[in-house]
Amino acid sequence: MAQEKQDFIAGDKNISDPVNWVDTYADYLYHFAVSKLRDEEIARDIVQDTFLAALQQLKVFRGESSEKTWLTAILRNKIADFYRKQASKGLREIAHSEREQQDFFDNENGHWNALHAPKAFGVETDNPLMMKELGAILDGCLKKLPPLWFSVFSMKHMDDSASEKICLELKITDANFWVIMHRTKLNLRACLQKYWN
Amino acid sequence: MMTGTLKKIMYNCRQATFLIEKKMFGKISAAENLQLQIHLAGCSVCKTYQHQSMLVNRLIAGFEANNLKLDDQFKISLKERIESEMNKN
Repeated sequence: MAQEKQDFIAGDKNISDPVNWVDTYADYLYHFAVSKLRDEEIARDIVQDTFLAALQQLKVFRGESSEKTWLTAILRNKIADFYRKQASKGLREIAHSEREQQDFFDNENGHWNALHAPKAFGVETDNPLMMKELGAILDGCLKKLPPLWFSVFSMKHMDDSASEKICLELKITDANFWVIMHRTKLNLRACLQKYWN
Repeated sequence: MMTGTLKKIMYNCRQATFLIEKKMFGKISAAENLQLQIHLAGCSVCKTYQHQSMLVNRLIAGFEANNLKLDDQFKISLKERIESEMNKN
């Protein structure tokens, strides 16, 4: 078996020795994963899973795309799996968030409750250091989101997926999609305000 | 005269922030857009919300981590893992 694999690898210029994958692609894949997930721990695990899955699929890879493209496609699938898995954890959370959201607005007239009303951050958006600091706070806020919300929001904002596709993949209705997008943003904004000031 | 329901919608910050979010992806009707504009003209809190919501989007889109690298120890163990998987087959 091992010999067969060696011959196969040697016979195809598009495939390098998997032993070299880590040196050649790991940082690139890791960066890609972090950009979609904003979580370094999870990104590490997913990069590892990607390489292991690639080993399993080595025989089917015919070198029609570059090795890098092929590995990135496997990584993309792993990320999509992660979003789906997270989402399936949290369908019940929609009801829970319904209650939570009542804190933001007056239940009767829909006005902001004084405690949760947005206040100016005093951020200079052209100041890269300030923006970096805010970005770091935001990453922390993303980690605190309910899993389903995180998946919906990430697929839209970081993965740039169409809303219809997100609904289909995560098995939610269009109405739920917008409710989640709204609440996630209310939540992230409130979290920024809380930790910035 | 404004009808009761219309007035309710126009002064409802929950609804206004919902429309702000929906609008960012270009999906609200002309009537909804008008409601939103009227609301924003008279509600500075929701205007602040809108700015900050756009700031969140900007922060998300502006992700940059040029020096982001896996640490060497993780890479070494990953290589070992790959080698041992290859030898299994």
